[in-house]
Amino acid sequence: MRTPPLTTAPPLVLSGVRAAYGRIEVVHGVDLSVPAGSVFALLGPNGAGKSTLLKVISGRMRQTAGTVAIGDIDLKRPTPAALAKLGVCAIPEGRGVFPNLTVRDNLLIWSYQGVSASKVEEIAYERFPKLKERRRQLAGTLSGGEQQMLAIARALAGDPKVLLLDELSMGLAPLVVAELYELVGQIASRGVTVVLVEQFVTMAVEVATDAAIMLHGAIHATGSPQEMGAMAAQAYLADGGA
Amino acid sequence: MTTFLTFTVIGIVSGAVYAIVATGLVVTYTTTGVFNFAHGAVAMFAAFSYWQMTQSWGWNSLLALVVVLFIEAPLLALFVEETYMRRLYGATVVRSLMVSLGLLLILVGLAQAIWPAEQRSLPEFFAGHTVSLFNVVITYHQVIVVIVAILIAIGLRIYLRQVRSGIAMRAVVDDPDLLAMAGASPRRVARSGWILGFFLAALAGILISPELQVQGLDINFLTLLVVNGYAAAIVGRLRNLPWTFAGGIALGLAEAYATGYLPGHIPVNLVSEISVLTPVVFLFVALLVVPSSRLRAVGRLTVATPPRVASLVESIRGSVLFVAIAVGATFVLGGSMIGSVTQGLALGIVALSLILVTGYAGQVSLCQLTFMGIGAFVMSKVASGGASWWGLIIGVLVCAAVGAIVSLPALRLQGLYLALATLAFAQAAYYGFFSNISFIPQGGAVPVGRLSIPGISTSGDKAYMVFVAVAFVLCAIGVLAIRRSVWGRRLVALNDSPAAFATLGMSPQLSKMLVFAASAALAGIGGVLYAGQPLALNANDVQMFASLELVLFVTIFGIRTVTGAALGGLAAALLPLASSHLPWWGTGLTGVAAGVGISLMANVPDGVLGVPWLVRNVRIPGISPRRAPSIEAVQGA
Repeated sequence: MRTPPLTTAPPLVLSGVRAAYGRIEVVHGVDLSVPAGSVFALLGPNGAGKSTLLKVISGRMRQTAGTVAIGDIDLKRPTPAALAKLGVCAIPEGRGVFPNLTVRDNLLIWSYQGVSASKVEEIAYERFPKLKERRRQLAGTLSGGEQQMLAIARALAGDPKVLLLDELSMGLAPLVVAELYELVGQIASRGVTVVLVEQFVTMAVEVATDAAIMLHGAIHATGSPQEMGAMAAQAYLADGGA
Repeated sequence: MTTFLTFTVIGIVSGAVYAIVATGLVVTYTTTGVFNFAHGAVAMFAAFSYWQMTQSWGWNSLLALVVVLFIEAPLLALFVEETYMRRLYGATVVRSLMVSLGLLLILVGLAQAIWPAEQRSLPEFFAGHTVSLFNVVITYHQVIVVIVAILIAIGLRIYLRQVRSGIAMRAVVDDPDLLAMAGASPRRVARSGWILGFFLAALAGILISPELQVQGLDINFLTLLVVNGYAAAIVGRLRNLPWTFAGGIALGLAEAYATGYLPGHIPVNLVSEISVLTPVVFLFVALLVVPSSRLRAVGRLTVATPPRVASLVESIRGSVLFVAIAVGATFVLGGSMIGSVTQGLALGIVALSLILVTGYAGQVSLCQLTFMGIGAFVMSKVASGGASWWGLIIGVLVCAAVGAIVSLPALRLQGLYLALATLAFAQAAYYGFFSNISFIPQGGAVPVGRLSIPGISTSGDKAYMVFVAVAFVLCAIGVLAIRRSVWGRRLVALNDSPAAFATLGMSPQLSKMLVFAASAALAGIGGVLYAGQPLALNANDVQMFASLELVLFVTIFGIRTVTGAALGGLAAALLPLASSHLPWWGTGLTGVAAGVGISLMANVPDGVLGVPWLVRNVRIPGISPRRAPSIEAVQGA
């Protein structure tokens, strides 16, 4: 893909997106519009298809039908690498770090996105001094929160225009989650379109500007984060009882 | 003192060669996640290509060097990555080991087909030019080898730690998807890793070959020289290049000092084997000394769904059918074919021992034919060249005891490292025992008789074949019974998660030791029956390559099913027979067939018998598992 990198935060438009694992379809025709520069929280219970949808947006999984448009670029068959070069930063579920590489090596990998290696280190260590102390340590031996910090550090350093976060809070203490979400808010304020998939509703709605609830592979409702947050508990319980 | 310095200089030079080999292994492992058993075979193939160009076609050395290092090695790497290794990312350690062993056999087979055995040698670079150090004359070539080894160690250390593309090569093993999300192409990075690995292997092959003045260019010797590389690589814990370099030098020195000072202190017959045994002992010791927590595996493991285990009734039904087919075959098959099928069935029993230790318990053993040899050897000694049931019982007990001893490293090793330890044992047993004239006369064989049941003679080849077939099904029923038992479930649990196994209050160590002992005993039974066919055990029957071929064939047909063991054993015995009827190029056929088979099966965890089409469409009564009920049927119930 020869598309030049994004210079401003673009809107994301999903039309009729379907996705399946083998013959089992888990996303059934999702239409979603994420405004440019917004922090969009995609809420929903386990198995709703949120992470699968994020995989499609980040190019890690090919949709079986529908389109994903980032700004005015209609992505037919984007690869994760091409999207990364475009300015889309995806942090997958379960810590987006290389466990057998040192903290420093992990940071240097992100210099693929056109930022110099020294700049990446400078930005990351300035925000997370703890990472500097542990720069020679294998990432797999860091605590869960530190690993997530390392993953977020690349979002800070890479200057992305779209940030896709999958279950940032998974397995972390509430204090750590609060710290990470504060950081997401800071990144968003620099003019980045953020999509966050989250089960931990309270934190997500605090930083979000828009939200949607996903149930059974389809968008159940969209609206303000507060409305969606209130509706989420009810929707989860209803889903759990189904 | 001069003698000491002489051996020190010699040791450093040969250590530099080992360091180059080991560095290539470590680089391939850290950048691809595959421990390339074929590294030595690539080195061998490159050295022979270089010989072909310079000595046979008369090309200029520099031109040939450029062609081999910068064209042939990268092209071979790309071909292997595309056809072989691409499908291995995320595979289990066992499967990636098997596939690289398959590649080894293909390259050896091809080399045997292209370059028939004859005396070949490569001249040194700057031949005739020497320098003197501590009164030791060193050739320019040897100086070049040491300098190249140092440059490679330093250069790669910097590249893989400081340069972005070098770090990406290590990252792609951890998580290719995540690397893609960082903007790099995982495929391109993985290909670069293979190219670098093959380049280093080719370089090592070309630099080493002129040093082999005694053996000359020898396919097996060059391929196995990589064992020395394994030993040095383990010192570097398969990731640290400076330590790997130090390991290479230490091994070179150990070998030089052993050659210099040991003769006179050890049995005369072992003196000629010092150069072969030193690296094996070094590897074994290194595996035991390097802290196991530091021997981390790179890459990810995946777990495949195990095949269903046949019930007792099903296994008896299948056994009756199997013996009936064997009886029928005796009326159809000719003389030499009867002999090979009988040996195939006996190898099938050895293959059953692999099902137990590798298929069920997940402990990779590459020395099962060594146990087979021990079983036959003990029988020969106890029964004075004949056969007796006491000989079988004692043979089995000795095998079980040796198996338990060999399992000692397994108590702290697993996966790749255990495979290397068993490989070292197979090599040590072959060179230190089976091919040693003190135990088995040179060129001769150990006489072994045929077991029989009172009233039934097995002196006829056909009767003996049926006898071995019955023995096979009895062993198979036993193995399946073990799998269904509490112990069998424990073995599978041990394979799935040793940590969870230990938390349930069971001892992983004891279970590993028992399974090694049981499988060695089973292999011993196979050995007694195998040697009974030709009435002798030959040292060549228990060569490490033969062990590898058997493991590969069993993996091709399914290492978790007894049917896979039967077919694997038969294939290992019959393919050499087929290749012996072919012209000179047929020699390598067995290896090539095993290698190609394993590459085709790389994605099917249960081998040929696990191919979805076969599972769905081919039904063998009593052998094929019952069809699972459909999802609809379950939901409707």
